[in-house]
Amino acid sequence: MNSSSLQSLVFWLLLLAGVAAPWLFPDYTNEIAVLWLMILFSSTWDILGGQMGYNSLGNIFFFGAGMYLSAVVQIGLFYDVAMYTSAARTTHIAFSNAQYFTGLGVGLLAAGVGSALLAVVIGWIVFGLRGPYFAIGTLGVAVAGAELVASWTWVGAASGISLPVFPGEPEAQRLFYYFLMFALSFVLLLFLRWLYGTNFGLALNAIRDDEEKAEAMGLHTRRYKRTAWVISAFFLGIAGSLFGNMTGFIEPRDIAFPTTTFNIFMVLMVLLGGKGTLWGPVVGATVFHVIKEVTWTYFLGWQYVTLGLLIVIIVVYFQQGIVGWIIERFPERFGTPLAPRVEPERARDVGLAAHPKAAE
Amino acid sequence: MTDAIIELKHVSKSFGGVVANRDISLAVPRGRITGLIGPNGSGKTTLFNSIVGYHPIDSGSICFEGREISRLRVQEIARQGMLRTFQTTRIYGKMSCLQNMLISIPHRKAGFFDMFASERRETIQRAEQLLAFVGLYDKRLLRAGSLSFGQQKLLEFAMALMNEPTVLLLDEPTAGINPTLINGLIDRLKRANSDFGITLFVIEHNMRAIMNMASTIYCLAHGELLAMGDPAAIQGDRRVIDAYLGAH
Repeated sequence: MNSSSLQSLVFWLLLLAGVAAPWLFPDYTNEIAVLWLMILFSSTWDILGGQMGYNSLGNIFFFGAGMYLSAVVQIGLFYDVAMYTSAARTTHIAFSNAQYFTGLGVGLLAAGVGSALLAVVIGWIVFGLRGPYFAIGTLGVAVAGAELVASWTWVGAASGISLPVFPGEPEAQRLFYYFLMFALSFVLLLFLRWLYGTNFGLALNAIRDDEEKAEAMGLHTRRYKRTAWVISAFFLGIAGSLFGNMTGFIEPRDIAFPTTTFNIFMVLMVLLGGKGTLWGPVVGATVFHVIKEVTWTYFLGWQYVTLGLLIVIIVVYFQQGIVGWIIERFPERFGTPLAPRVEPERARDVGLAAHPKAAE
Repeated sequence: MTDAIIELKHVSKSFGGVVANRDISLAVPRGRITGLIGPNGSGKTTLFNSIVGYHPIDSGSICFEGREISRLRVQEIARQGMLRTFQTTRIYGKMSCLQNMLISIPHRKAGFFDMFASERRETIQRAEQLLAFVGLYDKRLLRAGSLSFGQQKLLEFAMALMNEPTVLLLDEPTAGINPTLINGLIDRLKRANSDFGITLFVIEHNMRAIMNMASTIYCLAHGELLAMGDPAAIQGDRRVIDAYLGAH
């Protein structure tokens, strides 16, 4: 297939760009790392929101949960967490190199697996809901997560946790986390490309198009929905752990569970790029991130006005998104073409012709 | 009637104060085509919904291949091999016809890792054969939602066949199809029965079609079973004629 070799080419280019970026733009390493995070946000949101048609407003919960799980593990392996969080503001607590990297490794694992397990439990409850109720129900989960952590002194409550300090130069830390973040997003995209090619991709689309029909056909809809949610949560959990360590300080409302920023950005980026496609979220995240950085730099104070305008413009005039628009323009090349419009009288004649050739 | 694949005993179902089905007992013989007729609002679709598990019944029992299924849910019943099509056609509109077929494979023994199966050369072959069978082969790569209503109906039928059911419950298969093509559809339904060995249970308003196909016909009126018999007996039954035309 031609489009499959084109896709491989895009992956190679992406790999090249990802590896070269910190050397080409050394001043922007952190911004580009955040861009990869944005791509991860939009791609994981699209699994449910685009491919499966379940608009979740609670995905950020797994990001924050991963961040805190990882922090607790990184500290708890070597110190008492309660002591650490209460003493951190007055005393500097040191970690050796070995402690730092062991903690990080175990923390990343705990973040991924722990978030996935939380998704199993929460999925049990929220997948009883559909449509707007699902969106509001999941938003409730995210808000509850933030409030819970913000009042839990063991993990520092609203004043947050300072994570172990990276043993090395700030520049080394930037590169280290840049490459981890890039690798995670790249692996996610490869994984999704494979996933959407299997029965799983078809099943998600079937649930999106008509869930009741899928049930009537005997599809294990609940199993697919939960697994999709768990996959999102796994990647988001690891991303949360990485982002927490990248910034070095975490707190519940603005960094771990930012329901009004990252959580909304996810949806917006997918809409901008085109939902239900592999590349839409990537394109959307990239365009959005550039717009956002520019407005935050040059129109400071007006950034949320610009953001709001962008939301209005996308939702009103450009619902199909960039990649969605391309697919609409060139359905033969990239998508599923529509049946040609025939006069109603002829259209009825079509289907039942005696042999397939006569159908047109 | 010795080998009944579906057997209903004293099934009742009401919604609030409205009795949709009252004390209905019937049997669908294996390997045959059975019809279900009745005036509008006589409870045919409700009975179908009860059989495939859309809603719990108030009383009575429903057996499929000798097993009680009245407490099972839709998906479990579907996986046992009893499928239904919808009066208002339902397909996966944004996917291609072929994709619609590929996801309609039987899920009877699907384990966890079957979710990620991607080796499907034989499945594609089978899907294409069935699409050719209903006359949609040329349209297999087109978006299903853009087909005409009649074509969507045929696609839904092909999807049901793809699922390899033992029993297929069809809710008005000829509704909305051009009258000149109904013969072709009847022919395909009969072949699904004779060639694939699928038992059919058909709700139908088109008398010519159902009389032509079915070996046994049940007639409902006001939620109650009014009459049963072979097409000739039903056509001659005074009560059935009264129910449709109104008794004087």
